[in-house]
Amino acid sequence: MKVKLFASFRDGRFIEKEWDYVEGSTVSRILEELNINKKDVGVLLVNSRHAETDYKLEKGDTLSIFPVIGGG
Amino acid sequence: MTRLTVSAEEVPEQWKGLGGRGLTSTIVAQEVKPTCHPLGKYNKLIFAPGLLSATPCANSGRLSAGAKSPLTGGIKECNAGGTAAQNFARMGIKALIIEGLPPKDVFYSLHVDKNGVSIQEETELVGKGNYEVVKTLVEKLGKKIGIISIGPVGEMRLAAANISVRTRDDYIRSLGRGGLGAVMGSKRIKYITIDDTDSPGVPIVDPEKFKAAGKIWAKALVEHPVSGQALKNYGTDVLVNILNEAGGLPTKNFRYGQFEGHEKISGETVNATIASRAGKISHGCHAGCVMQCSQVYNDKDKQYLTSGFEYETIWAFGADSCIDDLDMIAQADYIMDDIGIDSIETGVVIAVAMEAGIIPFGDAPGMLRLVKEIGSGTPLGRLLGCGAAAVGQAYGLTRVPVVKGQAIPAYDPRSVKGIGITYATTPMGADHTAGYTIATNILKVGGFVDPLKKDGQVELSRNLQISTAFIDSMGLCIFVAFPVLDNPAAFTAMIDMLNAKDGVSMTGDDALSLGKQILKTEHEFNLAAGFTNKDDRLPDFFEEPVPPHNAVWDFTDEEIDTFWNF
Repeated sequence: MKVKLFASFRDGRFIEKEWDYVEGSTVSRILEELNINKKDVGVLLVNSRHAETDYKLEKGDTLSIFPVIGGG
Repeated sequence: MTRLTVSAEEVPEQWKGLGGRGLTSTIVAQEVKPTCHPLGKYNKLIFAPGLLSATPCANSGRLSAGAKSPLTGGIKECNAGGTAAQNFARMGIKALIIEGLPPKDVFYSLHVDKNGVSIQEETELVGKGNYEVVKTLVEKLGKKIGIISIGPVGEMRLAAANISVRTRDDYIRSLGRGGLGAVMGSKRIKYITIDDTDSPGVPIVDPEKFKAAGKIWAKALVEHPVSGQALKNYGTDVLVNILNEAGGLPTKNFRYGQFEGHEKISGETVNATIASRAGKISHGCHAGCVMQCSQVYNDKDKQYLTSGFEYETIWAFGADSCIDDLDMIAQADYIMDDIGIDSIETGVVIAVAMEAGIIPFGDAPGMLRLVKEIGSGTPLGRLLGCGAAAVGQAYGLTRVPVVKGQAIPAYDPRSVKGIGITYATTPMGADHTAGYTIATNILKVGGFVDPLKKDGQVELSRNLQISTAFIDSMGLCIFVAFPVLDNPAAFTAMIDMLNAKDGVSMTGDDALSLGKQILKTEHEFNLAAGFTNKDDRLPDFFEEPVPPHNAVWDFTDEEIDTFWNF
C-alpha cells in the first residue's frame, strides 16, 4: 500500500512512500508507526475517500494524511 | 455623480443595526431599480465597513462593496482587506453611496477627510495600473492614506473588473468578483482617497465588556489550528493537495478531479519557494489580523513578484488550465492586480479560452499574453475581460462552468456536493465564500458531511450561507468561520463584542435572523431583476462523471429549490 503525507506532516518524514501492508491493520496503527499524534490529524483519506482512524486497510490502498488545514 | 455633489446624511433608524454586507445589500435592494442597466444611472455603488470595523476586535477590518453586478445581473456584495474599512469606520462613516452618472466622459477622484468628501477631475492617473496609482498617491498624500481604485479594466467597464484596496504596506487586496470595478468605472471614478487624520474613532458603549469578549475572541482565533497556525504557515494554497487527493480539484476545464502537476502548484511548494527566495510566508492584510494568511512571493532573483497569492487563483491558472509553473501563475496574479480584474474569473476565462482553442491547454506564455491583452483593450482583450460566459458564447461552447454568469471556483460540485448547492443557490452567482461547505465536506471543520453524497448538503449550505451573511456584516474576515464553527465560545464572543459596542442585547438567534433577512433581501432583489428558480442550476455538463470518483451532479430541481425553505 501507499502512504502520502502533507503540509507539516512531511517535516522530518517523507512525501510519499510504499508501505508494507499488514493484514488487518487500521489507519490508527499506521499513525502510530509514523509517530503522528491522532489529535494533530485533520483529514484522513483512503483511496480519495474520507476515513476514520479505525478504518481497516486493504492491500493496495492509498492512505493520505493531512494535519488540520484550511483555506478558502 | 450626476451633479457632482456630495451630501452627508444621518443614519436612518432602520439601518442602524446594519453594516458591511447587511447594509450594502439593504441599500441596493431599497434604492437600485432591479431591472436597471448595471452601468447606467440607476445603479449605485456602496462601500460600507462592518459593524465591528476599527474596534479592537481581531480580524474586523473588511470593507464591503455592493451594487447590481454587470457580470451576473443580480445583486452583488464583495469584501476585502486593506485599510479602507478601518479608515471609514474611524471617521464615523457608515457608508459611502455613489449614485448617478457624470455628465461628461472624463474621470474623477473622490477625497474623503474630516471636512467631508470632495470630487475633482482626474487625468494624471487615468489609464494607469493600480500599483502605480497606489505608489503615486502614497508619495503625494503620505503613508497613512487609504486608497480604493480601479485599473484599466474597470475604466473600460468590462464585466470582470474588480476594485482594489490598498493595504498599509502598499499591497493590493481586491473586491474581486462580479464586476464592481466596471460599476465604479461607469461612474467615472478612478480612485477614492481616505484621510482619517483627526478622526473620532469608533465609540464603544461598554469598553470593559468589549475588552473581555475581545480577549476570548482573539484566543479562539489563535487556538484553532486553522486560524492560528495552518493559514499562517501554508496560506490558502494548502488546499491544492487536499482537494486533489479528495478528487475535487477541477482540472482541464472541469474534466477531471485530479491534476498531475498538483505538487508543483501546491501550498507546500509555494511555502518552500517563498522561503528560499526571502519572501514572506505570513502576512496580514489589515491591522488586527491574527491569522496572517497572505504572503509575499518573490521571483528567483528575490525581486517582488506578487502577494495575496491565493488557492483560487493558483487553481484556475494551474489545474484548470493545466499549467504547473508557479512563477508564470504569479506573474499573471501581479498583472491582474495591476490591471484590476478578478483573478478567479480570469483563470476560468483562460481555461475556457483553451477549450475554445485560442491557445492550447498548458500554454503558460500564451496565458500571460492573453492576460496582458485584457489590459490593452483590443477586441479580444475586451471579450476576455467580460468573463467566462462571454468567451464561451463567442466560441459556441457548452462546457462553460458558470452560474448566473459568474465563473465557478476551485471545487468540483460533483465530488464536493455541498459547494454545488452553494454555487447554485447563492444570490451572488457561483461563489465559494458565500457558503463555504468545503469546511465541513472536506476539512472536517464544524462536523463532517460526506462530499460524495447528497444527504445533508442543502442544510449545510443553508446554515453556512446564513451565518456568512451575518459575518460579512461585521467586517470580519470569513476565515473566522473556522474557529466559530468548532468553538461556540467564539460565536458568543462575537455577539458580546457587538452588544458591548452598541449597548444592545443581540442573541445568537438574532444574529441568525439577521443572516436570513439579508439572504432573503438579496434573493428578492434577484427575483425582481428577472431571476427565477431556473437560475439556481448548474450547467448541463455536470451530469458527466468526473474521475476519480466518477461522481455526477444529481440533485433534482425540486431538491435544490428546498434551499429557500426558511
